[in-house]
Amino acid sequence: MYKAFLIKYAEIGIKGKNRFIFENALKDQVKFALRWVEGTFHVSKEQGRIFVEAMTDYDFDETVEALQRVFGVTGICPVVVIEDNNWEALSKAVGDYVDAEYPSKNFTFKVAAKRGDKRYPKTSPEICMDMGEYLLDRFHELKVDVHNPEVMLHVEIRNKAYVFSKVIPGPGGMPIGTNGKAMLLLSGGIDSPVAGYMIAKRGVRIDATYFHAPPYTSERAKQKVVDLARLVSKYAGPINLHIVNFTDIQLYIYEKCPHEELTIIMRRYMMKIAEHIALENNCLGLITGESIGQVASQTLQSLAATNEVCTLPVYRPVIGFDKQDIVNLAEKINTYETSIQPYEDCCTIFVAKHPVTKPSLKVIKYSEKALEEKIEELVKVALNTVETIHVD
Amino acid sequence: MEAYLDNGATTKTLESVKDVIVKVLCEDYGNPSSMHQKGVDAEKYIIEAKNIIADSLKADPKEIVFTSGGTESNNMALIGAAMAYKRSGNHIITTRIEHPSIHNPLSFLEETGFRISYLPVDKYGKVEIDALLNEICEETILVSIMYVNNEIGSVQDIAQIAKLIKGKNPKVIFHVDGIQAYGKYRIFPKKMGIDLLSISGHKIHGPKGIGALYIRDKVKMKPILFGGGQQKGMRSGTENVPGIAGLGVAVKEIYMDHELKIKKLYGLKKIFIQGVKEIEDIIINGITDNEELTDTAPHIISVSFGGIRSEVLLHTLEENNIYVSAGSACASNHPQLSGTLKAIGIKKELLDSTIRFSFSINTTLEEIEYTLSTLKEVIPVLRRYSRH
Repeated sequence: MYKAFLIKYAEIGIKGKNRFIFENALKDQVKFALRWVEGTFHVSKEQGRIFVEAMTDYDFDETVEALQRVFGVTGICPVVVIEDNNWEALSKAVGDYVDAEYPSKNFTFKVAAKRGDKRYPKTSPEICMDMGEYLLDRFHELKVDVHNPEVMLHVEIRNKAYVFSKVIPGPGGMPIGTNGKAMLLLSGGIDSPVAGYMIAKRGVRIDATYFHAPPYTSERAKQKVVDLARLVSKYAGPINLHIVNFTDIQLYIYEKCPHEELTIIMRRYMMKIAEHIALENNCLGLITGESIGQVASQTLQSLAATNEVCTLPVYRPVIGFDKQDIVNLAEKINTYETSIQPYEDCCTIFVAKHPVTKPSLKVIKYSEKALEEKIEELVKVALNTVETIHVD
Repeated sequence: MEAYLDNGATTKTLESVKDVIVKVLCEDYGNPSSMHQKGVDAEKYIIEAKNIIADSLKADPKEIVFTSGGTESNNMALIGAAMAYKRSGNHIITTRIEHPSIHNPLSFLEETGFRISYLPVDKYGKVEIDALLNEICEETILVSIMYVNNEIGSVQDIAQIAKLIKGKNPKVIFHVDGIQAYGKYRIFPKKMGIDLLSISGHKIHGPKGIGALYIRDKVKMKPILFGGGQQKGMRSGTENVPGIAGLGVAVKEIYMDHELKIKKLYGLKKIFIQGVKEIEDIIINGITDNEELTDTAPHIISVSFGGIRSEVLLHTLEENNIYVSAGSACASNHPQLSGTLKAIGIKKELLDSTIRFSFSINTTLEEIEYTLSTLKEVIPVLRRYSRH
């Protein structure tokens, strides 16, 4: 029945002179999302909306699912296209649409008409009135309510007529690519993919960094992170995943620093390295999945200690979330199942029984002095041996 | 240098097995149930393989059913026998050290009303005979005990156990999971008192996806797969002819010069154990005082390395092209702690520090020596960076 989709967006409408940038980005993202969907589509931008028209047979569910992953989309309206727009044919077709789409006719409605083709013999108010009358005649249970209708029936007349009344919610947010790029520290846990998703939703393109510690973390743990990046990329678009071999740095810290401070010092070096890769790749910030108090390294003191090493802003979108909230979101974006595969990540392999929960920056910096001899060299080697995987 | 010491997980396919598989796939691809010549040609492979396997077991070819592998053989044996004999009783006995493809079908049967007893084992992984005798009762319909344990290589005295079971209750059906034993031991079910015997192709240099169940004549069985009635209705589904042909070739090969091969394996095992004993703070699991090692399987050695996590050691060895398993490969893709190791009572802190080395007829002395010298090199380094 539906031959087209009208894509609604909200925030973009208020962007003033930059609006076209956002609209073009959204159009590109819609095209990108539809590239694997069965069928051929024509995507156009017109009168403040994006219009997707199916040029061939297509799979409705698959199309809606793809569109629901495009950030910036607030609503997807399936549209019936009526080729013959002389009044008799049009009104009958609209009646048929109402009949098919709403089995129970016990609701209130209003017709909203738009006449793009000004040569059409009826004006917009006339179309509204006459169409309303036709529908009331045909379905006796229907009632009109012009102030608060349950169903708003849109009829638009251009060279063809377009009818729609249903809105499928979209994810909201901003189109990817309209807000620069940021570097996600992706661990393989539950939180970081969710953090990446949330920032991407604001239109930010994502790169990711993963710290691999063979033989302490396995090839399968790495594969899991690649899989997670792929799941996030379904929303965020293509992701460059940078894999850092962190083993030697980790062992060196283990050897030279107090055991309780290992995790904090390690995370400080992770942030440093991630920032370095971020700057090399034109990223404007770092993203982590940290949430206050979740573990010893995520207390306010610990966050302050890890934050201190970088100058780029660090975005922590789940900072105030409870674990369950994060899990819920992970389930919604389909990363949860992958995240809970039981492979050890490099943060837990040497974790102390009682790690510091309130590290003092002074103490940590003092401990790090023990690393002076070799650490710069090790970081350099790690940066020089980064492996980058393109995921989409 | 590369050392593949994970033959308990799977073995390298023989050239001759590969050749026959290719021949069946490319030339004799007919459906063995088809009435025309192509079907007859394909069926010949099945008859041939059945004869080879039956000969190796001194059994009748009619007593062999092909399955998709060890797991299906075990499922078919347990569920098929339980369903066929449920009127005679509802009690099934097994041990604590069986493979998940025994334990999980039994849990399923337990849900449907069967009572399952799990026999304890001693520190060498041998079934406690007294416990077995205590458990057998009028209600007992089935006993399932593995021949060779896949994690530590302990071996049960199957003939003796069969005698004891039948002595106490002659109606009991005795199933033996022979997946790690077949090809390493000569197994003669009739003589030994085995009613059902599971075997697998890829543990003996055959293909994956093929196995068989020996069902002694007159033992009643219900099928667990239903369909076109192939294999006399016992296992519906078009036969896996390439797999079956490959299995036949592998069985023929493995039992050629058999004694010599086994002697060589025990020789390698002895050298490996001597070498590994030179490393501090290790325990070899399931080994008795018998210096010839003949009361354990020739191809499996389980070693616990104090203070080292098995996953880390496994990946370190992997970096040196040495391939081993942590605990049992079948169960250890997910790092869960081993049932066998718990059952033989090894210390809790060693459960996650245990590695299985498993050999095959392809294993060489050089591989063993290379592995030993690598272990001696990496163990002290790994112990320096332990979690505490």
